[in-house]
Amino acid sequence: MGMTITEKIIAAHTNLREVHPGQFVYADVDICLGNDITAPIAIEEFEKAGIEQVFDPEKIVLVPDHFTPNKDIKSAQQSKSLREFATKHALKYYFEIGRMGIEHALLPEQGVVAPGDLIIGADSHTCTYGALGAFSTGVGSTDLAACFATGKVWLKVPESIQFVFHGRARNWTSGKDLILYTIGKIGVDGALYKAMEFTGSAITHLSMDDRFAICNMAIEAGAKNGIISPDKNTTDYMQGRGEKKYVLHQSDSDCTYAKIYEFNTDEISPQVALPSLPENTKPVTDVAGIKIDQVVIGSCTNGRISDLRIAAHILKGKKRHPSIRLIIIPATQDIYKQAIKEGLIETFIEAEAVVSTPTCGPCLGGHMGILAEGERALSTTNRNFVGRMGHPKSEIYLCGPAVAATSAITGEITPPDEVAKKE
Amino acid sequence: MRGKCWKFWDNINTDEIIPARYLNTTDTKELAAHCMEDADPDFMKKAQKGDVIVAGDNFGCGSSREHAPIAIKAAGISGVIAKSFARIFFRNAINIGLPIFESPEAAEQIQEGDEVEIDLAHAEIIDHTSKKRFRFEPFPQEMQEIIQVGGLMNFVKKRREQ
Ligand code: SF4
Repeated sequence: MGMTITEKIIAAHTNLREVHPGQFVYADVDICLGNDITAPIAIEEFEKAGIEQVFDPEKIVLVPDHFTPNKDIKSAQQSKSLREFATKHALKYYFEIGRMGIEHALLPEQGVVAPGDLIIGADSHTCTYGALGAFSTGVGSTDLAACFATGKVWLKVPESIQFVFHGRARNWTSGKDLILYTIGKIGVDGALYKAMEFTGSAITHLSMDDRFAICNMAIEAGAKNGIISPDKNTTDYMQGRGEKKYVLHQSDSDCTYAKIYEFNTDEISPQVALPSLPENTKPVTDVAGIKIDQVVIGSCTNGRISDLRIAAHILKGKKRHPSIRLIIIPATQDIYKQAIKEGLIETFIEAEAVVSTPTCGPCLGGHMGILAEGERALSTTNRNFVGRMGHPKSEIYLCGPAVAATSAITGEITPPDEVAKKE
Repeated sequence: MRGKCWKFWDNINTDEIIPARYLNTTDTKELAAHCMEDADPDFMKKAQKGDVIVAGDNFGCGSSREHAPIAIKAAGISGVIAKSFARIFFRNAINIGLPIFESPEAAEQIQEGDEVEIDLAHAEIIDHTSKKRFRFEPFPQEMQEIIQVGGLMNFVKKRREQ
């Protein structure tokens, strides 16, 4: 019987020829990742266990991105623990601020992760790299500590659900809108423990940036991983991103899916997720007019260059609404530089946006734009849980970059067509 | 394992269990002090050592922060019963040795304040208040090996010694 792409990648990282859903395996890890919140616990655990050496200094990645540049003394201590561990074990991939970017935008961009890899990260949005055709999943700090020591992870092979997107994403509809729509249909536990495999003509036509946004939010449906079969877009993207050898896997035609969903993309319009779960989605036209206080454009979901281009296209020559705080955060240094080169940053500053160095910042209520009681944010991030961006009585609406930029101009949730035409 | 139950709803996420504003520390006492704060601000004032959390579907969804099961464990909660668990929370609980039990019937029928006992040997949850008994699915063999040695790091150490 055939295997899915997820099963094939897992099997390739064990000494088994085949694996099947439900099977328990110890798999070899190509890359493991930790950040300034999760790695300090992993480092403590690793050191407590009295292990002297990491399994491979070229396969461990540490990114201080959540509370950095350090927002307070405690965060500074946590970053310091990463820095010291990286030095002690001569880690190849430690990204100091100034080189740092939000981990899930940074690792693909720098060629650290590649198609066919098996990646674990002590961060739930590690599922992002599935867009490259890799198996990539979020774990906890103890898993990371164990991986530092052994290079292995325990996994239960997940069943796969296939999501087929027919047609083509139109006008302002982006990868973010497709995934919000999907989570709205299946719910925040609609893919619990499962692999979400995205396919169909609409996916084929999507840019890598949009594909990353889709796989990024697989965890928001409870999934173990999100994955897209590698194609020409993928191999084009990998060009010039290091010499790492990679393997292209595809699902067999006779593989088994636990379920298949088919969506007609032509009918999907820009979406908004209402507080306080990503499954509360509605077409933007249904929620137009809701007043907001803050707009955030950034994060590992939508802080990539194409997101900034969309925002700049809409904001060009305009200003934020006087009642709005507009915060724009390029996800990595390279994206930041590119945005400067293309004049996007100037457009943002002319529009009276605050533009920051890469950081997770407001996405998790860390710093750089915390909400007060009763305030409402519209954000291109991925979670709108209670209290996520600040006061437990603040509210978050999620959307793609086009809706966010448009609404920053009008001061209320607004469909993009009302302000700008798509190029 | 025996204690009083505190009931929560579906989709309790890790931001409710331990809000990100407290993640600039790994101190377990400090984390415990804010356990469940954004779901119930008074939880730590009410809960006693040994109490049990009972919740609906998808408990622990959201971020991968191990601070969530750590906060619950350090708060003295003896275990969590839910209809289902989010997968990263599930693995973290196993890895750090926080007892968790998947039982839709128990999660549905146990009431807040009930006195509940968990019998590991017989895979049974006994509600002493309502006198009802519920089964839970025992963990697969491989996970039991991790649980038995007290978590993943002990398991790794043992394997290295072999
Ligand atoms: S941007 Fe937000 S979701 Fe992404 S890694 Fe940072 S905190 Fe997590």
